[in-house]
Amino acid sequence: MSDQTILELNGISKLFPGVRALDNVHFDLRPGEIHGLMGENGAGKSTFIKIITGVHTPDTGEIVIDGETVAFKNPMEAQRAGVAAIYQHVTSYPDLTVAENIFMGHERVRPVTRRIDWRRMHEEAQALLEQLDANFTSRERMGSLSVARQQIVEIAKALSTQARIIIMDEPTAALTHHESEELYRITEGLRDTGVAVIFISHRMEDIERLADRVTVFRDGQYVGSWNAAEIEQHALIVAMVGREISQMYPKRTVHFGEEILRVEDLSRTGFYRGVSFDVRAGEIVALTGLVGAGRTEVCESLYGVYPADEGTIYLNGEKIAPQSPMDALKLGIGHVPEDRQLQGLILEWEIGKNITLPSLASLSDHGWLNEDRERVVAGQLSDKLTVKANSIFTSAMTLSGGNQQKVVVAKALSRPLKLIILDEPTKGVDVAAKAAICEIIGDLAEQGYGILLVSSEMPEVLGMSDRIVVMKQGRVTAHLTTAEATQEEILNAAMVASTEAEHA
Amino acid sequence: MAKRSIVFTENLRELGLLIFIVVLSLAIQARNSAFLTPQNIAAMLTNTSILAILAVGMMLVLVTRGIDLSIGSIMAFTGMVTALTVAGIPGIPPIVAILLSTVLGAAIGMMTGVLVARFDVLPVIATLGMMNVVRGLTYVVSGGQWVSSYQMSTEFKAIATGNTLGINNLIMIAVVVYVVAGFFINHTRTGRRIYAVGSNPLAAEVSGIPKRRLIFLVYSIMGGLAGLAGVLWVARFASAQGNTAIGYELQVIAACILGGVSITGGVGRLSGLLLGTLMLGILANALPLIDVSPFWQQGIQGFVVLAAVITNVLVRRNTQRNALRRRAI
Amino acid sequence: MSDQIRIGITRERNWREFFFQWEWLLVGVLLLVIAVNTWISPFFLNLNTFIRTPATFLDKAFIVFPMMFVLILAKIDISVGSTVALSAVIMATSYNAGLPMPLAMLLCLTIAGLGGAINGWLLVKFKELSFVIVTLSTMIIYRGIAYIILGDQASGGFPDWFSFLGWGEILGVPFIFLVFILTAIAFGLLLHKTTFGRAVFGMGRNAMASRYSGVNVDRVVFTVFALNGLMAGVTALFLTSRMGSTRPNVATGYELEVIAMVALGGVSTSGGIGRIGGPILAVFIIGFLSYGMGLANLQAPLVLVVIGSLLIVSVLVHRIRFRSKKKINSTV
Repeated sequence: MSDQTILELNGISKLFPGVRALDNVHFDLRPGEIHGLMGENGAGKSTFIKIITGVHTPDTGEIVIDGETVAFKNPMEAQRAGVAAIYQHVTSYPDLTVAENIFMGHERVRPVTRRIDWRRMHEEAQALLEQLDANFTSRERMGSLSVARQQIVEIAKALSTQARIIIMDEPTAALTHHESEELYRITEGLRDTGVAVIFISHRMEDIERLADRVTVFRDGQYVGSWNAAEIEQHALIVAMVGREISQMYPKRTVHFGEEILRVEDLSRTGFYRGVSFDVRAGEIVALTGLVGAGRTEVCESLYGVYPADEGTIYLNGEKIAPQSPMDALKLGIGHVPEDRQLQGLILEWEIGKNITLPSLASLSDHGWLNEDRERVVAGQLSDKLTVKANSIFTSAMTLSGGNQQKVVVAKALSRPLKLIILDEPTKGVDVAAKAAICEIIGDLAEQGYGILLVSSEMPEVLGMSDRIVVMKQGRVTAHLTTAEATQEEILNAAMVASTEAEHA
Repeated sequence: MAKRSIVFTENLRELGLLIFIVVLSLAIQARNSAFLTPQNIAAMLTNTSILAILAVGMMLVLVTRGIDLSIGSIMAFTGMVTALTVAGIPGIPPIVAILLSTVLGAAIGMMTGVLVARFDVLPVIATLGMMNVVRGLTYVVSGGQWVSSYQMSTEFKAIATGNTLGINNLIMIAVVVYVVAGFFINHTRTGRRIYAVGSNPLAAEVSGIPKRRLIFLVYSIMGGLAGLAGVLWVARFASAQGNTAIGYELQVIAACILGGVSITGGVGRLSGLLLGTLMLGILANALPLIDVSPFWQQGIQGFVVLAAVITNVLVRRNTQRNALRRRAI
Repeated sequence: MSDQIRIGITRERNWREFFFQWEWLLVGVLLLVIAVNTWISPFFLNLNTFIRTPATFLDKAFIVFPMMFVLILAKIDISVGSTVALSAVIMATSYNAGLPMPLAMLLCLTIAGLGGAINGWLLVKFKELSFVIVTLSTMIIYRGIAYIILGDQASGGFPDWFSFLGWGEILGVPFIFLVFILTAIAFGLLLHKTTFGRAVFGMGRNAMASRYSGVNVDRVVFTVFALNGLMAGVTALFLTSRMGSTRPNVATGYELEVIAMVALGGVSTSGGIGRIGGPILAVFIIGFLSYGMGLANLQAPLVLVVIGSLLIVSVLVHRIRFRSKKKINSTV
């Protein structure tokens, strides 16, 4: 491992509407090293990767490869410079063979006829696979391979483009213990040949096992880089979370009522297993964990979008099994989805129509629209949630993220509810709106709703909730009372605690 | 184990279809021994060649997740124009007629290609419109008249009736088309990239593959093959009419789906096409021989297509369920 | 109550926007077509002829209304022509087999509705299948069944009163025209004034968000396609009444004309938008256009060319107009 850097990023900033994704970050990478990149959700890691791979251009700062400043206009240029990325969601051609997947776009052809040189393609592909100690051939169909093997093909693809910088984004998230070991071996093999690897992971075991150096981002900012041997797990966690819980979250004393929701042993094959927790009236229960932990899937099952396969749900003590959002709403379960633009709103519609959509039946006269009644209700709800717009006829597309989120909450409230599920309600929302939304959530708790809050932001989780349920890879790893919990404890449960799944 | 499941399934499927064809043929032969005579088989193969040629083009279109409802009309139009030309210029060599028809068909296909690739018009709508425009033009160009046998030179009609190397011309042409198609699909980058576009259009765009250009290409190829089929049809039936090949596209689609071409794109093999086409050819030929009214043909085709796609869906759901079970959660 | 609400709740009327709408363009085109027709044959504007002309093309217009809903959902149904043929054939053969005519007519409607319901059921049960392959298959199957039943024969011999549907008049206005007006009003109300219509628009714009908002997406899809089938049955009644008999190859090309009328009427194939006025005008534009071409002794096939071109041009115009606006239409 030499001291020269192969990749350097200095003073990189990237601003998106309303959100500062990266703020003057620094990063350097040496050839022949595995450099771990850590940080909570929203720390800026994925934006960072997109800048290195040429998907985004930075607003400020420079990228230096091999001592020369570069500026990528598109991903193809980054690829030509030797950068390759391997994501969790594999972008491959399921109907084509492994060899074709590796070489698509730069197929090997015969010199004169320009026809595909299958022999060379399979030979070279096979050689790459053997270099990675893969136990399958280049003639397999991509779609028939497991996720772990598809990842190996992606690595082979990176190698085939002569990549010298390989970025792996949460590669072990969907792998078994055994498959992760395979991946470790391959990554170390890559390092030994001089390739530089940026390894993004939430799993401590990955970092401990692989990283030569570790860098931590937090809230879009660079916190520090250390030699892996010189820093402890505990210190890394502190680096990832160490901030003051701001005064943004007023603590309320609410009298908790009866049990509203109880979940027992809920499972959905392939997504989560054995999930149990409960929520009482007036209580805010935070469901937290890292991306891929299964929190959204649990919420979707409660809301009837993708019903669970096993287990029971009790609402006010009665067994329920919502098979669609319509069922859930009728039962009194409301939901503010994670992706407000795709799932929460009809962007082209005006605010008023969006708000009244879930409750059209009750606002109408036996199916006939009553637009006057709709306008009044929409107006009242918009006011209640302090939506900043001229009128309810303003198109939802023109609103800021925070206001859009308020409209989505207003939608849910247009119906009588017992339980309200909010999935990352303050994601991508500016500070003022964040405070307003948190205030609204607090008000709702005071009014006696049961609140299930999915959040990845530690301050929010600790500041808003009364109890915390932590998930990791589809299982619940901890039940904590907020008064007694610490950020380290939560992150520990989210990242380090071993689950049954990993011993598969 | 789902190791080589996809290739295995396709081979299994084709094997199943082959066995079914053999069994069906034997059953029909048992009912009416005129079925498996050399003359009947030759007639069946000749009839099927045109369908087989069209199926290649349709397969490429289906592979890219598109569809083309206009090929019947393209066949009629190109056939009519060629027939009129042949009738008007008696000395014209047949090869010129074939080229004329093919090029004309390709030109029409290119127009469809522009609508779909450049303007993002849904293939079903673009080809529905073209289907009618081109059909209407067929009548206009012919003035409502037919071009009949006596107006066509013997050399022209020999395109369909003559033999090359002892095998009927139509079958020869189909063979040539399949050989060329086989090379194109399996050994050229363009051919493989067409499959990539159908398999994962988003990934293709990101990889820098010229998706739009490839989609434009497949509709042009389909048009060209339809043009070729048009002149062959007119030569075979020694007549060009306004209502030639109405609805024929549905048979071609049925042959493709039977042959294992996936309606969701990315999958399709020439071997399957041959079997699918053969299956339909047998159906068309055999029904009258076993006293089943030919009017059953369309209904059976439609039912078979629906059954095939539903089966595909159910199989895929099962595979996905298994994949979920294997996850480490 | 209203004065206690801070956010604005009265709709502002933008007069400029009002006049730049597609429907006015269509009105212009319609007037143009009428003008040209009158130039070809001055009798055209004679009230007597004018009011009777629509009877020649309104039979297929009944499908235009539910087809609007289908397109707003961002789907298409190409099986309608076959549904018309099948239900007509079954009506004719059952009548000739002894079933009383009113029951035969009811059977026609039932079969047609069933045909549409099957489309809807398939789309709901097998969401992986696209509307293209489903309606393509049923298009082949339904007409195939019609052929199995009737072969290449015709079937007719209906009671005299049956021709009243297609030829009869009430107070000088063709019966079919009156039914058309009632249907237009009914569907117009359904589309713009009911929760069902609102749900259809929502699903066309963003099916996933509509589902998350509690819309019963399965029921909406099923109902829309079932309605399409039912109205095909209505078309079958009027068409058969006008023709006096039926055969399996009737109504070929109806899917093109109906879709063209809807697209010309300003309904985009990407879904989510549409107003009842447009397709109504389009029905008359295309209807009078075909009629006028007949007056000018232009060949019938030329009409095909024109309608096919109109479809393509309408869709192109939609595409170019709405190119910049990104649409979120995800499958549920």
